[in-house]
Amino acid sequence: MTGAAATALPAARARWLLLAPALLILAVGAVGPLAVVVIYSFLTPGDYAGVKWIFSGEAWVNLFLQQDIFDDTWQWADAHLSIFWRTLLLSVGTTAATLVLGFPTAWFIATRPKRSRSFWLFLVTVPFWCNLLVRTFAIMQLIRNEGVINTILRGLGLIDQPIQMLYTDFAVGLGMAYVYLPLMVLPLYASIEKLDFRLIEAAYDLYAGPWRALTRVVLPLVRPGLVAGSILVFIPALGAYVVPRMLGGGNRMMIGNLIDLQFGQGRNWPLGASLALFLMLIVLAALLLYVRQVGRGDARNG
Amino acid sequence: MAERVFSVRRMPGFTPMAILVFVVLYAPIVILATYSFNAGTSLAIWEGFSLRWYASAWQDAEVQAATFRSFGIAAAAAMVSSILATMAAIATTRTAAFRGQTFVLAMINLPLMAPEIVTAIALLIVFALVKIATGYSGLGYIVLAHTAFCIPFAFLPIRGRLEDMDQALETAAADLYATPWRAFRYVTLPLLWPGILAGFMLAFVTSLDDVVITNLIAGPGQETLPIYMLGQLRRSTTPEINAVSTALLAISVLLVSLSFLLSREKE
Repeated sequence: MTGAAATALPAARARWLLLAPALLILAVGAVGPLAVVVIYSFLTPGDYAGVKWIFSGEAWVNLFLQQDIFDDTWQWADAHLSIFWRTLLLSVGTTAATLVLGFPTAWFIATRPKRSRSFWLFLVTVPFWCNLLVRTFAIMQLIRNEGVINTILRGLGLIDQPIQMLYTDFAVGLGMAYVYLPLMVLPLYASIEKLDFRLIEAAYDLYAGPWRALTRVVLPLVRPGLVAGSILVFIPALGAYVVPRMLGGGNRMMIGNLIDLQFGQGRNWPLGASLALFLMLIVLAALLLYVRQVGRGDARNG
Repeated sequence: MAERVFSVRRMPGFTPMAILVFVVLYAPIVILATYSFNAGTSLAIWEGFSLRWYASAWQDAEVQAATFRSFGIAAAAAMVSSILATMAAIATTRTAAFRGQTFVLAMINLPLMAPEIVTAIALLIVFALVKIATGYSGLGYIVLAHTAFCIPFAFLPIRGRLEDMDQALETAAADLYATPWRAFRYVTLPLLWPGILAGFMLAFVTSLDDVVITNLIAGPGQETLPIYMLGQLRRSTTPEINAVSTALLAISVLLVSLSFLLSREKE
């Protein structure tokens, strides 16, 4: 290993040559187009679709406000606000539900004998890699009026009329919790696995019950996992598209569906662009909050 | 019943809850797969075992075309993205921390963090402009988009494998006057191979499963299997869709299991 310093310069060039193709594809196929969305959000909608290249800030105003067609007064865009509100509520609800279900699951896996842990982890990850559409479709089949649950309940004589579950907010929440659960379990497991169980023993020795040991000792220690899992569920839930489309139908839209609508029937590309950037901003804010939380946690433990 | 040994590892109610979660996680998929073998047309009433829905799905020209298209796109996207991810992984693990590293990793991981619908409309806009400018409207757009979002999925296992590898072997090769290329070809690559294969399979599954991005950028006659299914689900649902779904599930489970075994092999 002589002349490490002498080879530093060609090494740097080799590194960027190796990185260049991947970065190019990502720039053309993922990152660059996002920049074009910014431009489109400041243009005027075309007559049928697309845009006219005339500057306009209207798409951004229209996120929250709309102009009355008769007397030109500005009003709150109730349709948008209710969709934003539903998106937020369903995302928070999904995160809470996956946390309550995921924590015991992660605990269970982390307390298995070492050799069988990877098997249980694998069981959690497999559904995550299965087609999202298919998993949503599986839930749809369970909860539809002629579906398995209603058929069984009617067969048992418990109900006369099928319970309407499909196309409700409940259905969307259920579907998202089902689909995103693995994303909660994995980081929680990583945290619980590192837990020093002697600390729980100490809590019990000091006359703490299981509940107090859990809330006062375990939860503060696994906080990084709690935060990471929550953010990993919350972010995709905010941008969900397939689940609300299939389980919520046309009346239970979330932001993702509203964005899609602007590029379909809505034919308002600039509004769609501003909605997409609005969603992106919320996601970035959530990520930033996460980074700061993690930083603070490190400072405290370190 | 034997007296339970007290353990600090046990929390009341956690084990039944966890078992319930595993059951709930698999029940919908198992039910879906079961009804794909139903002899009747119902999705809730069992009328006997039959393979008729698999047969009718396989004879459906639309399903066949969508299947071949899906596999072609997935193969191309997974191949290119795993090669590019391998190069990028070598560049980011075999050197000291360098200026711009954070930027590079952020670029690679962005497709994981940006909501898919946002990437989808961004690509829709850009590809619409390119289509007008060049007149080209083939499958290239879908392959490009899939390659881009597959890169982070291929990158993870490859980078993981590189980080776990014993660097002394590469150093030894260099000490014995192997050129960087020969050291890579005869030392690094054979050791890295399982990681690359695992990355390829994850990328393949990711491409095969994509709905949101493909749905917005696919032109007429460019339906992939999930897009075909999305269209069918909007109309009526027959067990034929169950059969297609189950086949797709089986492929995903198979590839993910293989990828899991490959990345575990190092232990």
